[in-house]
Amino acid sequence: MSRWETVIGLEIHAQLATSSKIFSGASTAYGAEPNTQACAVDLGLPGVLPVLNTEVVNMAIKFGVSIGAEIGKRSVFDRKNYFYPDSPKGYQISQLELPIVGVGSINITLQDGPNEGQPKTIGITRAHLEEDAGKSLHEAFPSHTGIDLNRAGTPLLEIVSDPDMRSAKEAVAYARKIHSLVRYLEICDGNMQEGSFRCDANVSVRPMGQTELGTRAELKNINSFRFLERAINYEVERQIELIEDGGTVAQETRLYDSDKHETRSMRSKEEANDYRYFPDPDLLPVIVTDEDIEIIRNNLPELPEQKCQRFISDLGLSDYNAELLTSSRELADYFETALALAPDQSKLLVNWILGDLSGALNRSDLDIQSSPINAAMLVTLLQRISDNTISGKIAKEVFEAMWQGEGSADSIIESRGLKQITDSSAIEGLIDEVIAANPNQVAEFQAGKEKMLGFFVGQIMKQSKGKANPGQVNQMLRDKLKA
Amino acid sequence: MTITIKQLQKGLADKQFSSVEITQDYLNKINQKNIDLNCFISVTGELALKQAASADAVIASGKGSVLTGIPMAHKDIFCTDGVKTSCGSKMLDNFIAPYDATVIEKFNRSGTVMLGKTNLDEFAMGSSNENSFYGSVGNPWDTSRVPGGSSGGSAAAVAARLAPGATGTDTGGSIRQPAALCGITGIKPTYGRVSRYGIVAFGSSLEQAGPFAHTAEDCALLLQSMSGFDPRDSTSVDQAVPNFSVDLNKDIAGLKIGLPKEFFADGLDSDVATVIETAISEFRKLGAEIVDISLPNMGLSIPVYYVVAPAECSSNLSRMDGVRFGHQCENPIDLEDLYKRSRSEGFGEEVKRRIMIGTYALSAGYYDAYYLKAQRLRRLIKQDYVKAFEQVDVILCPTTPEVAFKRGEKTDDPINMYLQDIYTLSLNLAGLPGMSIPAGFSQSMPVGLQLIGNYFEESRILNTAHKFQQVTDWHLKAPEVK
Repeated sequence: MSRWETVIGLEIHAQLATSSKIFSGASTAYGAEPNTQACAVDLGLPGVLPVLNTEVVNMAIKFGVSIGAEIGKRSVFDRKNYFYPDSPKGYQISQLELPIVGVGSINITLQDGPNEGQPKTIGITRAHLEEDAGKSLHEAFPSHTGIDLNRAGTPLLEIVSDPDMRSAKEAVAYARKIHSLVRYLEICDGNMQEGSFRCDANVSVRPMGQTELGTRAELKNINSFRFLERAINYEVERQIELIEDGGTVAQETRLYDSDKHETRSMRSKEEANDYRYFPDPDLLPVIVTDEDIEIIRNNLPELPEQKCQRFISDLGLSDYNAELLTSSRELADYFETALALAPDQSKLLVNWILGDLSGALNRSDLDIQSSPINAAMLVTLLQRISDNTISGKIAKEVFEAMWQGEGSADSIIESRGLKQITDSSAIEGLIDEVIAANPNQVAEFQAGKEKMLGFFVGQIMKQSKGKANPGQVNQMLRDKLKA
Repeated sequence: MTITIKQLQKGLADKQFSSVEITQDYLNKINQKNIDLNCFISVTGELALKQAASADAVIASGKGSVLTGIPMAHKDIFCTDGVKTSCGSKMLDNFIAPYDATVIEKFNRSGTVMLGKTNLDEFAMGSSNENSFYGSVGNPWDTSRVPGGSSGGSAAAVAARLAPGATGTDTGGSIRQPAALCGITGIKPTYGRVSRYGIVAFGSSLEQAGPFAHTAEDCALLLQSMSGFDPRDSTSVDQAVPNFSVDLNKDIAGLKIGLPKEFFADGLDSDVATVIETAISEFRKLGAEIVDISLPNMGLSIPVYYVVAPAECSSNLSRMDGVRFGHQCENPIDLEDLYKRSRSEGFGEEVKRRIMIGTYALSAGYYDAYYLKAQRLRRLIKQDYVKAFEQVDVILCPTTPEVAFKRGEKTDDPINMYLQDIYTLSLNLAGLPGMSIPAGFSQSMPVGLQLIGNYFEESRILNTAHKFQQVTDWHLKAPEVK
């Protein structure tokens, strides 16, 4: 066991899914031509003023009540002053002293270590509202930097965790949990590639048993969960090596480079800005009443943990399967849509969704929302198994064809002629053929070698191209051979 | 000769003259006199005549409102679509806003005519109009003296009869002090009464726009047009705007006027004090009850103001970085060089001084001692007024401690310059409405009297001022401008 303990805290920036910006009416849609979605306010022209989009406050409260946090009854927007070309006003509007969401927590399942599989509570220090900056485009123009202010003013909820995580896997489990939650709440689309969900990790190490924290490095530029795990593991190794070689860790911001798989120093705390925070005089404090909070609480969708419990208690799913199914709102929705169509098939649905379907999605690197087989299509396929039209084995072939876009289960069964043979005379004919062709094996069976039954079933299924009803084949074969 | 907006309005309605005629007349006067006074940065003659022509058409169709066809000047700090908005700074010498400030939009809707944009202390920082990239402004009563600031160009233009009315902004006295020094009437409304959208920001929590004119009656008309909730300014107050003109003639017998002893103490010029005393006796004659009051924390207002205003300005002016608009230095070698030189070259001395003070006051380790403390003291100042208005209806004091001083006299002494606003800036800290009206002369220069009202009681101070102007004619005195 390592002599070192890893300590991780995450700062997650979730882009709130509003149609307009936090302080202006400009659109927040991703991918528009540079600077076409930036109005006078986003450009920071002289004389313009911010006006709060109250939708962001409701979204933040939704998040807050979901993590059991205290909601700031009076939260204040502050100016964070610094110069950078993609920060058009020379300050970012954020919240420092009085954030909208106070202390809360969320439960994760430990992914490694001696308590693997056990639940653990991760503290959330706070979550506050702020505006995003624009983008500096360093590659597009030789010797110049382009500025795209489309993203400037996009609403962000910055969710700051306590330094409660002890491994990269734990950090990923926490990040996934938050990711799942904000998508359940429909306050963030969670798209990490487009930067709608960004994780910065504060990582430090300390000798096992030490109570005070080591010096931390802040890792930025992490745009997937896989990279989050890798970046932390790289950084932990780097820090341990550094200390064991007699060095000290510098408090600094480090950029993760996913191509080179390393973290690089970006700026040290010594050169860091004094942000000169002060309350923004252009915005009034946000006042939230208990009634506002209750209305939001009463309109919350079913949260992942509640759904998971319901799947376990009402449907009798295993803890493991219930947790997997509720890991994303879309997956749970898929399952529930299917379940509504086939209420008595929950076990079969779970097996197919977490088995063949999830496998196919993983291989194609697709989300459940982009699955070529929707819930209704899957239900039809499974119904063809239960009504004996096809066998479970043939169903896998049909599934594959459906995945390739060849049509519905019924049309594939029809066009490929996969309908199960249940006609006794047809099966009898197949049995007779196989018995006639294998006299030696018949003799062996009759001499008491029961195992030979499997051989005959295999041969018959082969002859029928898998279409013969296996139950009937078994029964009739036994009768024939014993006769 | 003084022609008020009220008189112009009547002349237009009676078809004695057209808006084009009076606009042309004002443009001619500007053309003659602006060379000496330098009160306009931009004169928008062509636009003015076009606006006047369409105003005449509206009047002819019988659809004119009270301000249709009235020419006026706007302080060059209000953004005007298509017309340069310089803020008196080299930094914005090339800046043409793509939009109108709410105040401008409202005046356009009222049908007023924009003669041009007036000179000011750079970004409204100053009390003498000597901090302008476009040069200082002469006081029409004596061009060797300052017109006050920061809205010196607007005040001088109205005083010199180059415009019957003008807009200003007031962050610490920038409407009332130049109105006093130029012998005209000016009002700063309650914080939140007028939208700040499109006013290039200096001290966001302090400033309000307001009008200059010859009379309280005209100010009421102009303020009416400017006021009202604006969804684009979160600090504008969503409250019905009363008709400021209906109560103008209300009897002020029994009105309780408070005289804060702190504003009649050391530092007040004795001649100015005498003028104010005489004015007070006029109010007595009108039946007002004069009450001595105390505002014990007024001594804090200058130090508090010079923490809060620079702190806000240091942040507000950060957007002037040479990247997207405004002055950009030649051949920057890197980003830092671009910032440093663009800002060093673009801003004048006083602006730099305040950015430095404000940056310091907000810095880690100083924030609590300066900014937070100033905010706490600001509440004390506000409390003084809240208590005072439990006793009185209106507070009266001099607008400035002395009459207009000589150009260059205080430029090397910023603290002395700041003291010019000693009677005005506590109102900005408290957010109260206040106005300055002409009350007499000292050394042949006008003396201003300040009337302070309770929150959203602009009507009451306009009424008080109007009654005074019915029995005096100081506001009708015009300077001889060569």
